[in-house]
Amino acid sequence: MTSIEAQVRQYVTDRLLFGRSDVVVDGETSFLESGLIDSTGVLELVAFLEECFRIKVEDEDLVPANLDSVNALVKFIESKSANLINTSS
Amino acid sequence: MEGERTTKCTADLLRLDAGAEVERISSFIREAVLTRLKRKGVVVGLSGGIDSSTVAALAVRALGADRVIGLFMPESDSSDDSLRLGQLLAKTLGITTFTEDISGILRGAECYRRRDEAIRAVVPEYHAGYKSKLVLSSLDRSEYRISYVVVQSPEGEQRKVRLTADAFLALVASTNFKQRTRKMMEYYYADRFHYAVAGTPNRLEYDLGFFVKNGDGSADIKPIAHLYKSQVYQLAAYLGVPQEILDRPPTTDTYSLPQSQEEFYFSLPYDKMDFCLYGKTHGLRAAEVAEPLGMTEAQVERVYRDIDAKRAVAHYLLMEPLLVEPIKQTAAEP
Repeated sequence: MTSIEAQVRQYVTDRLLFGRSDVVVDGETSFLESGLIDSTGVLELVAFLEECFRIKVEDEDLVPANLDSVNALVKFIESKSANLINTSS
Repeated sequence: MEGERTTKCTADLLRLDAGAEVERISSFIREAVLTRLKRKGVVVGLSGGIDSSTVAALAVRALGADRVIGLFMPESDSSDDSLRLGQLLAKTLGITTFTEDISGILRGAECYRRRDEAIRAVVPEYHAGYKSKLVLSSLDRSEYRISYVVVQSPEGEQRKVRLTADAFLALVASTNFKQRTRKMMEYYYADRFHYAVAGTPNRLEYDLGFFVKNGDGSADIKPIAHLYKSQVYQLAAYLGVPQEILDRPPTTDTYSLPQSQEEFYFSLPYDKMDFCLYGKTHGLRAAEVAEPLGMTEAQVERVYRDIDAKRAVAHYLLMEPLLVEPIKQTAAEP
């Protein structure tokens, strides 16, 4: 497990599951379909991404394809981080 | 053309026998207020909108004008139209009214200061001379309904800024003082005259959670909660609600900038939203709903998922307080 994935999983456990045991979250589990996230939860997730990974989440990034599962989030963070490195180098 | 199709589609499915429905609701109000609640009449907060106007007209039909009190509760951000149209309705119905400007109570609770502070978290230059409103992103852009604040400077320049989760929660918590203060005032008059409070949610609002818990969500009776918005319009027309009220676009009248219910909460105009909610509730496939509304199947599927998300929120809003164990009621209802 990469460091990014570990941090994302920790966030899911702490902030989305609230100790729930009725939902098993694997890499592809949809947060929306599992009822784990609502519109406020999406805004909280954005704050987590921007603070923890120092990336800028634009309005056009706010789609389920980027944010709705652990795997999607890891891919999104990696892609944004790569852009950040390319831009700053 | 598309508008005509929409109108026909919802009109066919949601058309009521207005006379029969008015009688059914009137009978419910009489029985509920006089027999079950044992109150002398009802208090209705009047906003000049279609829902409160229809509830007041139904209450008059059920109980007579002398058993209905209308309350006007403007505050600093209210539109002048709300009071004017409310007064027009009250005059038409011949009911007693009281006016309570709730701005002072809201200032006392620091509603406006808390709201401004929430907005300043994302728009640092925002100050009292600005106007503002809360809007949601369109479902066409993403399934996520993202909250933005729109601010207008004293010079008239508008900006739309995405809210952080913290700013969003602080903004909504502060503006919810408005609905809760109005409900407190309605219960003052209900206690003062031994009346019941009539709530005014329609089916879209009740089912999808478009209300404030212990604010406009609180009432002793909710006589139009089972009616789709287009059905409320049918009853309003039948009951003789003034045309100007029928023609007024639905508004929240909560923020200082004009704000439609569509941009604040619902993703579609009310006639389309009615039919999507009807379709979702009655198990219609997205394709069956899409064609007559002139929408794509994918768009309706997004609305269906948005309905699921809103119902999840409504579930909390509609929950009774949770108890460790049931408590046996000693006074039996008549």
